[in-house]
Amino acid sequence: ADWQAGMFDAKSLADAVKAMGGDNYTISKDVSVSGPEIAENGAVVPVVVASAIPNTEMIAILVEKNPNPLSARFTIPAGTEASVSTRVKMGGTSNVHALVKADGKWFIASKEIKVTLGGCGG
Amino acid sequence: MAINSTAAFGAGAADTLYSLPRFGNVHFLHFTDCHAQLKPMYFREPSVNLGLGDAYGRLPHLVGEHLLRAVGARPNTREAYAFTSLNFEKAAQTYGKVGGFAHLSTLVKRMRASRPDAVLLDGGDTWQGSATALWTNGQDMVDACLALGVDVMTAHWEMTLGDKRVQEIVNKDFKGKVDFVAQNIKTNDFGDQVFAPFSMKEMNGVQVAIIGQAFPYTPIANPRHMVPDWSFGIQEENMQKTVDEARAKGAKVVVVLSHNGMDVDLKMASRVRGIDAIMGGHTHDGMPAPVVVSNAGGKTLVTNAGSNSKFLGVLDFDVRGGKVQGYQYRLLPVFANILPADKEMDALITRIRAPYEARLGEKLATTEGTLYRRGNFNGTFDQLIVDALMDVKQAEIAFSPGFRWGTSLLPNSAITMEHLMDQTATTYSHTTVSNLSGAMIKTIMEDVADNLFNPDPYYQQGGDMVRVGGMTYAIDPRGKMGARIQDMRLDGKPIDADKVYKVAGWAPVAEGAQGEPVWNVVGGWLRSHKTVKARKLNAPRLIGVKGNPGLIA
Amino acid sequence: MGNPMRIRANVSGDTVEVKVLIRHDMETGQRKDAAGKAVPAHFIQNLVAKWNDKVVLDAVMGTSISKDPFLSFKFKGGAKGDKVSVSWTDNKGDSRTDEAVIA
Ligand SMILES: [Mn+2]
Ligand SMILES: [Mn+2]
Repeated sequence: ADWQAGMFDAKSLADAVKAMGGDNYTISKDVSVSGPEIAENGAVVPVVVASAIPNTEMIAILVEKNPNPLSARFTIPAGTEASVSTRVKMGGTSNVHALVKADGKWFIASKEIKVTLGGCGG
Repeated sequence: MAINSTAAFGAGAADTLYSLPRFGNVHFLHFTDCHAQLKPMYFREPSVNLGLGDAYGRLPHLVGEHLLRAVGARPNTREAYAFTSLNFEKAAQTYGKVGGFAHLSTLVKRMRASRPDAVLLDGGDTWQGSATALWTNGQDMVDACLALGVDVMTAHWEMTLGDKRVQEIVNKDFKGKVDFVAQNIKTNDFGDQVFAPFSMKEMNGVQVAIIGQAFPYTPIANPRHMVPDWSFGIQEENMQKTVDEARAKGAKVVVVLSHNGMDVDLKMASRVRGIDAIMGGHTHDGMPAPVVVSNAGGKTLVTNAGSNSKFLGVLDFDVRGGKVQGYQYRLLPVFANILPADKEMDALITRIRAPYEARLGEKLATTEGTLYRRGNFNGTFDQLIVDALMDVKQAEIAFSPGFRWGTSLLPNSAITMEHLMDQTATTYSHTTVSNLSGAMIKTIMEDVADNLFNPDPYYQQGGDMVRVGGMTYAIDPRGKMGARIQDMRLDGKPIDADKVYKVAGWAPVAEGAQGEPVWNVVGGWLRSHKTVKARKLNAPRLIGVKGNPGLIA
Repeated sequence: MGNPMRIRANVSGDTVEVKVLIRHDMETGQRKDAAGKAVPAHFIQNLVAKWNDKVVLDAVMGTSISKDPFLSFKFKGGAKGDKVSVSWTDNKGDSRTDEAVIA
């Protein structure tokens, strides 16, 4: 797919979603974001985005509070599982979203990942 | 599951305390968070352990009489001394020291006499917490655990010896003897398993699996650079996969040896199917009774076995027809003057300590008041540390990390180097002096408070609130992140967000710290004072927790 | 020409799991160097993974993908001995292709 500045330059979650064409999305239990509850390192946060919705053609990862929320957008060809694992940078505690396009419809799921100062312990 | 014995205690008489008849056919012995305490000592349980939201008024967030009532025990008994802080000084004089590996060893041997196939589980935080553990790079505890007959272990503070040292012990000392298990430690590159996720054992013809769960937030709570290539985390989905795999391989009983902390264990037990028991640690909760948690797969027991070699958990399962039919659980306190020292272990400990006895025994000062650490907000030993830091470093404010390890001292007793090291012995105990803005101080306090009081246990790190010297504050633990810490003041004047304050501290997690070890700073201060008055505890003003049963008013 | 990638491709049943570790700074353009000068953005924008000639993943990325990017995904159909290739292009026009044999 072509890299389009519009979606990556967007400064808010709403604008980034809009730039991808998905401003009418619904929250879905069939979409998931997995990752640590507390990041070990805000610069390297492992995230898995997945969809169990048939005919999922696209999954995107968005970090709501990053200056530019969109991290990556994956086109899923037939035969590839709608599940991608990668690592993202997070400027601070934020919701991380998986945005999915399937059969022309848009779906989303979210998870809060905390970025902390560290120290202390039992 | 049927319960064989709901009573947490017997009559409590010394002679019947340790007569625990065998029940069923599958047996686990469990100790955790001993923090390298080889010798008997005093340990005061917390008087503040707040539970909020779903955790309000529930184990492990009950203290004092609230805890005794919940488990059917009476005040002013041996059990009350073991499980609460009630009348600590008097009870300590009456019932004496607790723990110690020689006494623990005797108890393990007694339990094994009636349960020859029992598996001994070590929940971690074993190789750190004393001078000798630090000075021998953990070797004293490795040798003591081999002598104790540990079969399976998982880890947390072990990692602060560095990944290479951990691997060396696992691959050499432990090879063929102790299974070091952790389903949640993976390599940072391709996410490969670093240690075996679980250990399979056969007990009286029953296949059992023990899954390891290391402390999920090790690289956050402790220095990242000590385990640069490994990633941790709760890894709940992988836990489910591991349970399913163990069952598929024939396990009829699945136990998780966990260092999650009890609140995380309780949540995990409600979400993962197929675990018979989670035997937990990290939060140092000496829980006389298990919590039975329902989930989609049935029921899971959650236990927590306290700290400082003070307790041995004994879990018996009756397994018939390929299923657990019933259980018996007892958390046995180790009373050093009832259980005789095991001769071999005692000799080993004497050998281990011999080269260090003079250093350990140096009397630094006498304390007039009780010194203890454990509690959500502050303890008198931490107060002593922050008082000394402020004095020596000429700082307006001092911080001491909210560690839960550290032994206690009775009034009018000597503070030896060994006691000081019991509070401070880590591989990164450098002192720090920083110029921090009022805003930054608030950010730090809020960050720690959220790690303790976040309503979702998966977002908590265990540990307690950072101990504060010099500055007073109020806290509303029910507040949201950023709104808990209020009314911060220095000498009665509000802290100014833009003003810079001189703050002393110790145990920084960042790489490259150079400061003088905290035991030198505090040790020097103690030597010069000789007698230390009872500390005035700087505890925050608490908002919105009146009547909380996790608080002794 | 960029640094070599590490690619692992393992088949289990009819599913191939691919794991890729790329070496790239993924500069955001917001960082300053030791001298206080802004470090210009330098990051991978496009990535395509193929099994033989078939595209099995097509990605576009922004600057918030971590330094030394990692990717993992699964596709159906591959067999032991088949080739998997991964190609990327960054915002400065640099590119690189590496391949691995399915094990
Ligand atoms: Mn501990
Ligand atoms: Mn711990």
